[in-house]
Amino acid sequence: MPDLTERHSPVPETHHTTRDDAMAALPRDPVFVTDKLNVYYGDFHAVTDVDLSFGKNEITALIGPSGCGKSTVLRCLNRMNDLIPTARVAGTVSYHGLDIYGERVDPIEVRRRIGMVFQKPNPFPKSIYDNVAYGPRVTGMKVENMDDLVESALTGAALWDEVKDKLKQNANGLSGGQQQRLCIARAIATMPDVVLMDEPCSALDPIATLKIEELMAELRNNYTIIIVTHNMQQAARVSDRTAFFSVQQKSETGDRTGALVEYDLTTKIFESPADRRTEDYISGRFG
Amino acid sequence: MSHQSVRTRTAVQAVRDSSLRLEKRGVDVAGELFRAVLLLCIVLGVLMLATLLAYVTWRGWPRLDLNLFTQMPSSIDLTTAGFLPAIVGTIWIMLGVLVTVVPLGVSAALYLEEYADTERWWNRAIEVFIQNLAAVPSIVFGILGLAFIVRAPLALGPVAFAGSLTLTMLVLPTVIIASREAIRAVPSTLRQASMALGASKWQTVWRQVIPGAVPGILTGTILSMSRAIGETAPLLLVGATTFVQFLPEGPLEGRYTAIPVQIFQWVVRPQEEFRVLAAAGCLVLVVLLLLMNSVAIWLRARFSRES
Ligand SMILES: Nc1ncnc2c1ncn2[C@@H]1O[C@H](COP(=O)(O)OP(=O)(O)O)[C@@H](O)[C@H]1O
Ligand SMILES: [Mg+2]
Repeated sequence: MPDLTERHSPVPETHHTTRDDAMAALPRDPVFVTDKLNVYYGDFHAVTDVDLSFGKNEITALIGPSGCGKSTVLRCLNRMNDLIPTARVAGTVSYHGLDIYGERVDPIEVRRRIGMVFQKPNPFPKSIYDNVAYGPRVTGMKVENMDDLVESALTGAALWDEVKDKLKQNANGLSGGQQQRLCIARAIATMPDVVLMDEPCSALDPIATLKIEELMAELRNNYTIIIVTHNMQQAARVSDRTAFFSVQQKSETGDRTGALVEYDLTTKIFESPADRRTEDYISGRFG
Repeated sequence: MSHQSVRTRTAVQAVRDSSLRLEKRGVDVAGELFRAVLLLCIVLGVLMLATLLAYVTWRGWPRLDLNLFTQMPSSIDLTTAGFLPAIVGTIWIMLGVLVTVVPLGVSAALYLEEYADTERWWNRAIEVFIQNLAAVPSIVFGILGLAFIVRAPLALGPVAFAGSLTLTMLVLPTVIIASREAIRAVPSTLRQASMALGASKWQTVWRQVIPGAVPGILTGTILSMSRAIGETAPLLLVGATTFVQFLPEGPLEGRYTAIPVQIFQWVVRPQEEFRVLAAAGCLVLVVLLLLMNSVAIWLRARFSRES
């Protein structure tokens, strides 16, 4: 098994070794805990019985072949599945101990606290400034000085120096990588504690990808990050823990249902996976 | 070439002999024919329009003067008779259409695109209904307008706004259909981005969907207003008087007429002077239409540039 982790790691060499010694197999201080999470699209059973916990100030990667339900699970964490009329979620997702699918929970409150970055950069066709200020404005955040907030969000997303002279320009004029960092800035402007990322680099070139990865290592100090990626090297480079999903044909219905196969420290998953299917996937024999 | 070795030459020859050919293989007859047919269609369309315009200009030429815009109609002094009340009437009518059809049409389109659950039978029924409504002959709307708007329950009487409402019914389906297209064309990624930031559905519609759809909505509005401005039959039914020598007091008061109605009234008279006047009136209508459309196009350009 090649050690992808150390060779490509943009963070200091010691990062994994020191942390790993202190890290238990399951996060001690989880932000999210899912229990028997099942998702259906109409009659189609998309993912079955996902039990996961996501650690505070950690980066957790969700990997697996396409169609195994990574995005579906991610969308459960900020109730974006509510926007799909056919989607139905069963089981519980607790966020700091509160069930976000509880009866009296407002999905809008959930989404304010849990930011999301999408696969394709999707800035609003507005100025860079207005993009960042959008979240605080629509959620009625009490902001003393919007200019300061915009600056700190853009700084947090490592974009400030590149755009500080053109905040009034349309965001569509930025490059793809800059647009994606703007989307990250936009997401952190509402002061979430979690940032969900669904294949945030798959539309970007390698240099832009590297920048986003460096940024993630930076953001980890203040945020909990959950990232879906189909790029195994990326998962190995940036994440602390990795959850591997796979699809299995259900005999009764013939549905290709996704399920969690293995969840562990990233080093463990990539160096000595416990499950045969994980090993096959990691070593490129499958998917 | 001469310094090539024998082997090279043989190899080159072999490649030449094989089936690799990059030259053109004759003329692409079907392709050229298709292009010619398309061109012909455009030329025919433009030609018809140009002929019509040239004809009315030529016919109306003797009367193309300021009097056309500033004078009352008259059946005595034909050399100075004009379209003033008809122009004012048409402007009132069109303003009435604009302020009613845009909010109604855009709201209906927003409901159908953003809120309606297409699984429900009533929402599907509404869709079918709207599509069929677009195909109903305009005279039917005239009858409807007479029965429900001019008379009870609305009982507005034969005023300009009754004409507006009648034309609004007529063009509403067009506005709804065009607005739905425009709303559907707003990328769903923008809606997702907005919702993911904690915006409500209402905020997302108001801040993302509507601004993104404005250019398309304006296009639909231009088309439907252009249709409405030339309608004659329904207006005759709801009381656009054919001969008025005074200005309408307002949209809700007083008798009125409209340009196409006035043209109709003149064109059926036998004397040559009336025919000339009618032709000149057509040009007045065209000018008004162009003015209206240029405002809309300017607005659309402004909105598209912003986004
Ligand atoms: N909106 C949807 N409606 C119906 N089925 C969907 C929808 N989104 C995803 N699915 C299905 O759910 C399964 C998991 O999809 P997804 O979560 O997108 O997988 P991944 O992100 O791992 O590629 C797939 O079989 C996919 O076809
Ligand atoms: Mg996906």
